[in-house]
Amino acid sequence: MLKMQKSTRKTVSTYALVIVAFVVVQGLAMSGNISATLRGQLVPICAYVVMAISLNLTVGVLGELSLGHASFMSVGAFSGVVACISLQNMIAFGPVRLVVGMVIGALCAGIAGFLIGVPVLRLNGDYLAIVTLAFGEIIKNLITCLCVGVDSRGLRFSFLTSADALKLEEGGRVIINGPMGIAGIPKLSTFTTGFVLVLVTLFIVMNLVKSRSGRAIMAIRDNRIAAESVGIPITKYKLMAFVTSAALAGAAGTLYAMNFSTIVATKFNFNTSILILVYVVLGGLGNIRGSVIAATVITILPEMLRGFNDYRMLVYAIVLIIVMLTTNNARFKTILSRLIPSKKATGEGRQP
Amino acid sequence: MSEPRKETKLVPVPATNYVPERDVDKPPILEARNLGIDFGGLTALEGFNLAISPTEIVGLIGPNGAGKTTVFNLLSKVYQPTRGTILLNGNDTMGMSTVQVNRAGVARTFQNIRLFSNLSVEDNVKLGLHNHIKYGMFSGVLRLPNYWKQEKQANERVRELLSIFNMEHMVHDRAGALPYGAQRRLEIIRALATAPKLLLLDEPAAGMNPSETGELMENIVKVRDTFGVAVMLIEHDMNLVMGICEGICVLNFGKIIAKGTPSEIQNNPVVIEAYLGRQKEDG
Repeated sequence: MLKMQKSTRKTVSTYALVIVAFVVVQGLAMSGNISATLRGQLVPICAYVVMAISLNLTVGVLGELSLGHASFMSVGAFSGVVACISLQNMIAFGPVRLVVGMVIGALCAGIAGFLIGVPVLRLNGDYLAIVTLAFGEIIKNLITCLCVGVDSRGLRFSFLTSADALKLEEGGRVIINGPMGIAGIPKLSTFTTGFVLVLVTLFIVMNLVKSRSGRAIMAIRDNRIAAESVGIPITKYKLMAFVTSAALAGAAGTLYAMNFSTIVATKFNFNTSILILVYVVLGGLGNIRGSVIAATVITILPEMLRGFNDYRMLVYAIVLIIVMLTTNNARFKTILSRLIPSKKATGEGRQP
Repeated sequence: MSEPRKETKLVPVPATNYVPERDVDKPPILEARNLGIDFGGLTALEGFNLAISPTEIVGLIGPNGAGKTTVFNLLSKVYQPTRGTILLNGNDTMGMSTVQVNRAGVARTFQNIRLFSNLSVEDNVKLGLHNHIKYGMFSGVLRLPNYWKQEKQANERVRELLSIFNMEHMVHDRAGALPYGAQRRLEIIRALATAPKLLLLDEPAAGMNPSETGELMENIVKVRDTFGVAVMLIEHDMNLVMGICEGICVLNFGKIIAKGTPSEIQNNPVVIEAYLGRQKEDG
């Protein structure tokens, strides 16, 4: 099995890239060669990488533009943190509690994805984009109005009122305090857990794409009418991609939230959704490895550009524009393919 | 066919019921009764009656805009008929979707090729096999033994199907990058992979040169003989239609103007009029 297929090689190289990056960064961090700001960015980078991969499943593989991806992240973040805080006494070991939190976050985001997906996925193209945008805002506002507390009786919920309406018993604790969000989150996320989540996400998405279900999802992207004509139920596979994507975003949300001491719902707004979309578009639609690289680079870039100070955001914008132009430029691509002979068209991905 | 037919070995899959000879005595595989459809106020098809026996090759011809593709869209349930019924194997297909009617045994190709152009040839055929590959999302993601077994079977089946049209060497090519003729053949193979009982071919010879068309004619007959499917085709190439069709149905302005064998159709004055116009009375 020395001669691997092109697609297999691509898969292996993606895993290798992530593992090597983790080992190098972890080594640098151990020896103290990493700045404090970058060290603080490590977990968010992992979360954004997972977000980019999961959004790529909807936008690149399924071919439907979703502008509300951050809302699934927020559902995952809030439900995951609530789970982690309320399970504090039951599960003492931090990493296990974080994993349980991530699973619960993923489940809740998956359910949200299903509920939104059923009506939304009847639409196509621009209409779908607009409706996902609207649902994103709705979820953000719903969480802003939500109060959740925990006491000996279990979880208490109240909606559109203050935290007093929870009527907690003595010793109870308010977890989500309406617009104030969650404060006093235990910092359970580490770079290692983030790395493991990235690997799990890669495993799920890349295996899904190269299975019967993934083929059906890509068939819907390429030609919906033809997909129907060979007996592929469109709604089922659209929902499958959308829900998987939402669930992974939920897990990323939990990871992200457990890295900070406070979190508010307005963090996961339209701008965040667009930022994640930028990762996906820059990395290439349907190109998983590209998403990983783009998410990492763009998260670090503003920090790298600190030297430019006042012109930082201007340079950031210019770099984005240059990258967009060059990666989609046919002439640039031919030059690149001459330099790197092995860079040829593969069956997967949208870019030829 | 000149050379002795190459026996393609096929693993037993549903609906490749080999039928050695044309059997017109058997009940029809498909029956359209008084089929009609209106688009707004426009009647695109009216009073369409047709029965296709298993393993029959039927041609559907007519001038442009006569409603031929509309018939295909009705039979494959892209449109729901306004009037009339379609019986598939004696069962009413009322309210069935495209997906359901495909599972019941109707597969089609399209006038403007509709391949999954970003996917490989192999994946295109595997998508045709979609409902015959049986494992779920979790087996696929976790790579359970069932995944490997089913994918291996599918790979073998893909190569067998491609060998019908001698396309095995293209298995890893991107479908959108294939030459035109190969794309048309791939579309037929993809339709065949769904194990249909009725194959609908919408202008299979469009854009082909005479030698390619000749090869296609042999292949259509070969497909019918190996798979035991009934074939219905829309085609403007009269050599192809007259050469392989056992029955021909002529449409004009949404109505059947003639039905019969190739020789009957060739001598039918109504058909000649539809195609060439009426001869001027004592010019």
